[in-house]
Amino acid sequence: MSAYLIRNAALLGEEPTDLLLVDGIITTVAAGGSLEAPGAEVIDAVGLVALPGLVDPHTHLREPGREDAETVETGTRAAAKGGYTAVAAMANSLPVADTAGVVEQVWGLGRESGWVDVHPVGAVTVGLEGKALAELGAMAESRAQVRMFSDDGHCVSDPVLMRRALEYVKAYDGVVAQHAQEPRLTEGAQMNEGIVSAELGLPGWPAVAEEAIIARDVLLTEHVGSRLHVCHVSTAGSVEILRWAKARGVNVTAEVTPHHLLLTDELVREYDPVYKVNPPLRTAADVEALRAAVADGTIDCIGTDHAPHPTEAKECEWAAAAMGMTGLETALPVVQHALVETGLITWADVARIMSATPATIARMEGQGRPLAEGEPANLTLVDPAATTIVNPDTHATKGRNSPYRGMSLPGAVRHVFFQGKQTVRAGELVHSSTAAKAEA
Amino acid sequence: MRHLLDTVHLSREDAIRILDVAETMSDVSGREVKKLPALRGRTVVNLFFEDSTRTRISFEAAAKRLSADVINFSAKGSSVSKGESLKDTAQTLQAIGADAVVIRHPASGAAQRLARTDWIDAAIVNAGDGTHAHPTQALLDALTLRRELAARAGVEPTGRGLDGARVVIVGDVLHSRVARSDVWLMHTLGARVTLVAPPTLLPVGIETWPCDVEYDLDNALATGPDAVMMLRVQAERMHGAFFPSVAEYSRRWGLNEARLGLLTPEAIIMHPGPMNRGLEISAAAADSPRSRVLAQVANGVAVRMAVLYLVLSGAPSTEGA
Ligand SMILES: [Zn+2]
Repeated sequence: MSAYLIRNAALLGEEPTDLLLVDGIITTVAAGGSLEAPGAEVIDAVGLVALPGLVDPHTHLREPGREDAETVETGTRAAAKGGYTAVAAMANSLPVADTAGVVEQVWGLGRESGWVDVHPVGAVTVGLEGKALAELGAMAESRAQVRMFSDDGHCVSDPVLMRRALEYVKAYDGVVAQHAQEPRLTEGAQMNEGIVSAELGLPGWPAVAEEAIIARDVLLTEHVGSRLHVCHVSTAGSVEILRWAKARGVNVTAEVTPHHLLLTDELVREYDPVYKVNPPLRTAADVEALRAAVADGTIDCIGTDHAPHPTEAKECEWAAAAMGMTGLETALPVVQHALVETGLITWADVARIMSATPATIARMEGQGRPLAEGEPANLTLVDPAATTIVNPDTHATKGRNSPYRGMSLPGAVRHVFFQGKQTVRAGELVHSSTAAKAEA
Repeated sequence: MRHLLDTVHLSREDAIRILDVAETMSDVSGREVKKLPALRGRTVVNLFFEDSTRTRISFEAAAKRLSADVINFSAKGSSVSKGESLKDTAQTLQAIGADAVVIRHPASGAAQRLARTDWIDAAIVNAGDGTHAHPTQALLDALTLRRELAARAGVEPTGRGLDGARVVIVGDVLHSRVARSDVWLMHTLGARVTLVAPPTLLPVGIETWPCDVEYDLDNALATGPDAVMMLRVQAERMHGAFFPSVAEYSRRWGLNEARLGLLTPEAIIMHPGPMNRGLEISAAAADSPRSRVLAQVANGVAVRMAVLYLVLSGAPSTEGA
């Protein structure tokens, strides 16, 4: 038997509460200081906020194929350190996760690592090439039980193919997660198109290239009665379209990344590729609109788009650099800083947008559940009063490409429990808790 | 001045200082022995990731007239677009003791990367990066125009800006590092700049630039500019649907003979070269007495001498980067 008694945690930031975790289940929830549990390890959680284990609908674990950038092992360690208990692993590996074989491989690597649940995302099209549907059914029925399909990194730009994908996934209660980027409007694009790109002489990635695809896709989704998820929404205009679609009753959900809630294209002025990401950093007005959209529910959840890259992929001139930023280990602090401390949302909302809703969208069983008796013991204890100067060199991910290097961010993940096992203790990974290869 | 990367961050004081030193250097170029010992023992590397014989020989002549050792490093054709080699190349130049690196690169921001990283300590001079900046071209344009204005007023150019001058810049602004550098430098020096181009060849976001924007060349010429600068337009832009045909471009935005007649008697014509005769500029305009194209080339050497001298002499100044 493994048992933990968490004492006096502020449940969703509210009243001090005791939680008893026994054999992977939350067996008792009671008023703070009222529980005794002989034999259980006691976690003093005074001042800590208890959240359900975080769920990332958008992670790049890079394995198979780009183990120099990240592995399932290192990526899930980063996830655990960031307070996560489940991640959706995007399909743009090498080979692409477009068959039952590859998604089962990734799923199996996740099980072996044991830090979080790894839910592979299946590619929508073969090889992410946007030409032919991948075997969505085989992936859905595989051991990986894929429910989310995405060509992320590429847009399913062909409207007929997108329509068919939306129709086809209805048979599996699936969802198509679209990377909304009209390819012709973004050929050679390097950064947000606007005042800064004009001055810097970098080819622009216009907001309309995202908005046009979202507009098309919500209409297609309505037409065929399917379910659409929009990855990494980055513009104020996209928010308007989503608001309109939701008001019409379209079954669409949307995510925003932490970096689009905090950073703007002004950071590109020194041409440091650590700020190169797709979709690109936008303007302060977009950041404001995205924050408001999370607050009013137009944007449903936070997706990190954690995209680790080897150092040399960023140690070069802007145009040659890879796109993407790490995010798993900084997501919660950025959300606290951008949304909680600004008074836009509460900790209960954090639980909704970073756990319950993404788990529902990706159909992850046993994740995103309330912190209540009888529920799986996936939870995170965060110290909201802590302050951390971000140092990517100490991160568990292989990627050092964090745009927050040197930045002071609030909140620190102290303890994480995944299926009742402690994966993080006092902010550090607990290696005995997993079956992971010790040397990895 | 530690580096010269763009003109946006160049102060008026520094810009005038460069132009004044360039006037002095110009005198050297007029002598029989065109050589100063100023940079003896210093090493200047011309690091060219893009073909540009004109710019390279201009920098080479400038460095040699100051007695510097010159190394020409042509990196074009190797795997340079693959990123890491910019760092490797920079570290190699650091190891061989380069004091100044003149860099030409197809990627916007490449000069900034060299200046802002710890890859190399040398002074960095931007000789054109992507569609971002070409500060020495802008400086030679300013030198050319300043002389013209001074001669007209019967005064010495030294110590002056371009105050009150009106400059019209015509062509592919979107893809032009020259236009970007000219707009900011000439604005800093007090000139009023009007950009003229088809709307497709103006960047989204241009509204914050310190200049006017006009689609109609005849309207712009009717304001009586002191100088008209024609930018090179690549015929291939037609394939990107930037304009319907070379003929239409030439009719609407080319400096043809009829438009020459709209200019005031003193107005000069400039072009950063190489010219596309018959496209953005007619032979009549290119060869007219108003043309300052060859003066620009000569002034280019003087300006580059001044820039190399200032970044390598370590003279204190405001942040000129
Ligand atoms: Zn994406």
